[in-house]
Amino acid sequence: MSETELKRTPLNSVHRALGGRMVDFGGWDMPVQYPAGVIEEHMRCRTRSGLFDVSHMGEIWVEGPDAVDFVNRLTTNDVTKLIDGQAHYSALTNAKGGVVDDLLVYRFSHDRLLLVVNAGTTEKDWAWIKSHHSEHDDLGLRNASAEYCQIAVQGPDATGILQKLTATDLGAIKYYHFTTGEVDGVDSIISRTGYTGEDGFEVYAAPEFAEQLWNKLLDTGKYDSEGGILPCGLAARNTLRLESAMSLYGHELGDDITPLEAGLGWITKLDKPDGFTGRDALAAQKESGLTRKIAGFEMTEPGIARDGFDVYVAGEKVGVVTSASPAPFLKKNIGLAFLPPDLAKIGQEIRIDVRGKHLAAVVVPTPFYKRQK
Amino acid sequence: MSNNIPENLRYSKDHEWVGVDGDIATIGITDYAQHSLGDVVYIDMPRVGDKFSAHEAFGSVESVKAVSEIFLPIAGEISEVNDGLNDTPESVNNDPYTDGWMVKIKMDNPGEADGMLSAAEYEEYLEASA
Repeated sequence: MSETELKRTPLNSVHRALGGRMVDFGGWDMPVQYPAGVIEEHMRCRTRSGLFDVSHMGEIWVEGPDAVDFVNRLTTNDVTKLIDGQAHYSALTNAKGGVVDDLLVYRFSHDRLLLVVNAGTTEKDWAWIKSHHSEHDDLGLRNASAEYCQIAVQGPDATGILQKLTATDLGAIKYYHFTTGEVDGVDSIISRTGYTGEDGFEVYAAPEFAEQLWNKLLDTGKYDSEGGILPCGLAARNTLRLESAMSLYGHELGDDITPLEAGLGWITKLDKPDGFTGRDALAAQKESGLTRKIAGFEMTEPGIARDGFDVYVAGEKVGVVTSASPAPFLKKNIGLAFLPPDLAKIGQEIRIDVRGKHLAAVVVPTPFYKRQK
Repeated sequence: MSNNIPENLRYSKDHEWVGVDGDIATIGITDYAQHSLGDVVYIDMPRVGDKFSAHEAFGSVESVKAVSEIFLPIAGEISEVNDGLNDTPESVNNDPYTDGWMVKIKMDNPGEADGMLSAAEYEEYLEASA
């Protein structure tokens, strides 16, 4: 795909001005890292604060009296349990129980839900969701992805930085809750969520205010001074989420991977009274037992596993690495892999085929990193 | 972006540099290469005594994001490896031409490095492939 065809977030020129190295990420022209580099960006987010452009994510509104029922039928988590101002992590599943996408479901009111989906799957999700909208459903659907920028401020300093720009009492917003308010005078959705394993917020606003908000957050976070906020690219976003063992669509999740296999049983509510698409297939899979599940591992000899590498036990190929990388904060080489359940046990010794060398690794608990509260 | 390309070294199109001292050649990756890779975290090195022919991969250098093979531009036997890089792989980023050197070889044909790119030719090559 040539560069002219890539989609751009409203912060594209800002990334370039900051020296961001731009790459094609699922059809989007996005910064993979800035001059500080992935390790420093990662560490700054863990220890102080990091700023992320996640405007490429998709936003889909579901509005009307049947909104909760509709989303509840399409997703694995229990939407009826959400209260106004609360969000949850969930999955859109197909009839076989495979994951169409993972997403956040925000409840603004009983008849107003916002679905936030992955960038690369927004069009697929939108088609999928629309195809399940029957004439009996009293609701409207709107793909509003172009109507929002999304900026994530994450890390121990994130709340303090954002609080200087808003009259909204951020301390009153619990984890996985949100509110609407002004940030630097701009109407925003302020959500205490993120994809880093740190405390922090994701701010949604109209795209014409993206630059203002981004620059204000950099200024307020004292970018360019010792320990100040750092803009973080996709590389740091990936290593941060991997240390926290969060799933990435296309790696731990996909159309042929079920949430149970991905370790997302905690968002898969098989007992919801009205069921959901794929529920029966997932119940059957749970009943008959999984043939593979995601496990975390760390290398126990020098070498780095990468996505797609094969996993061996006793000379037999038993699985495949879905995501792996050096972990900048933990200073270990870690990864997630599909393994047969009997081998996905903590302490299990495995070998990773690193370009022909079978290097030793061991199954460890996930998340690899958990922040101190 | 301007590249740091010392005059006194020779270069390969795979972005390795070679510094010659008698029949010993010191080898590392260029500033351009380290910049393309990003933060280097691990270097898989050969052992002293290993022999390689020209253009053979002698190891790999891994950044957070990617792995890249490193090639020996000229034939020879490994006489020394930079063990310091085990503890400070970031030297490859910070000082690619000094502390970030990777191996020394005893060259099979001490004249072989003369056939490599000069600093000016390497700079032209980078500009042409930019």
